[in-house]
Amino acid sequence: MSDAVSALNGQRASGLVDLADAGPMGMITLRGDLGLLGGALGSVLGLSAPELRRVVSGEKGQVLWMSPDELLVVLPYAEAPGVAAALEAALAGQFATVAVVSDARALIRVSGAQARDVLAKLMPIDFADFAVGELRRSRLAQVAAAVWRDSADEWSVVCFRSVAGYAFEALATVAQPGGEVGLYH
Amino acid sequence: MLLLTCPCCGVSAEETEFTNGGEAHLKRFGPGSSDADYEAYMFARKNPRGVHFERWRHAYGCGKWFLMARDTMTLEVYGAYKAQTTEPPADIQAKIKARRPEWEGYK
Repeated sequence: MSDAVSALNGQRASGLVDLADAGPMGMITLRGDLGLLGGALGSVLGLSAPELRRVVSGEKGQVLWMSPDELLVVLPYAEAPGVAAALEAALAGQFATVAVVSDARALIRVSGAQARDVLAKLMPIDFADFAVGELRRSRLAQVAAAVWRDSADEWSVVCFRSVAGYAFEALATVAQPGGEVGLYH
Repeated sequence: MLLLTCPCCGVSAEETEFTNGGEAHLKRFGPGSSDADYEAYMFARKNPRGVHFERWRHAYGCGKWFLMARDTMTLEVYGAYKAQTTEPPADIQAKIKARRPEWEGYK
């Protein structure tokens, strides 16, 4: 089998914040009634369906709220097909879909005290009251992206694989030293 | 710049995160209808200077369609509501009436 390579292939950059490609990550899109999906997630991963615009984290991975009928499960790359098969079995006969989208997405980790300033340069989001464990889908410059806060200074950005280079370069550009904003700290 | 609140995910965001989908509450006239009805359904739009009911999609966010009442002249947003609604909710109609007493009503 060929080795999986993420779109950014481990690229890193630092400036006002540290940017890092998360590498190949397993991602599974679930669509259907969130109550139904939550039951399947509970039996397979021991995780519950997140509340509106929240992220649920556990030992086996994270579950992200994407829309009123869509969730994204983030977990280690190699585990995605197995977990997807188990979820499909748990949802058999129900009105829901399971799809492995690991190779269709890119995940960028943004860390540093100025992460909110850097993200706010590209995303039309008010980061002032953005809590840990919260998620927002929006745009990053000209492409769709979702951002969530893992801890006080650690953020994750997920976008489509085809625009990963654009998203990373845009973030690296606005994170260049000299471009401090000082809005959020 | 409009600041809109999506009724599906509760996010308040600026206009660029949304796309406009034209006039809302159109009654469809399909095969078997008269030419006049079909033409009106396809092409005739109110295009008012004032209160307007529109379809919007939270394109960069949750991806859901919803409906919204806003004013094309003042850009005031009266309220957004679910797409699965056949006519504007009474509370939004009452709010419009209070803000714009000369408004002739939704029909």
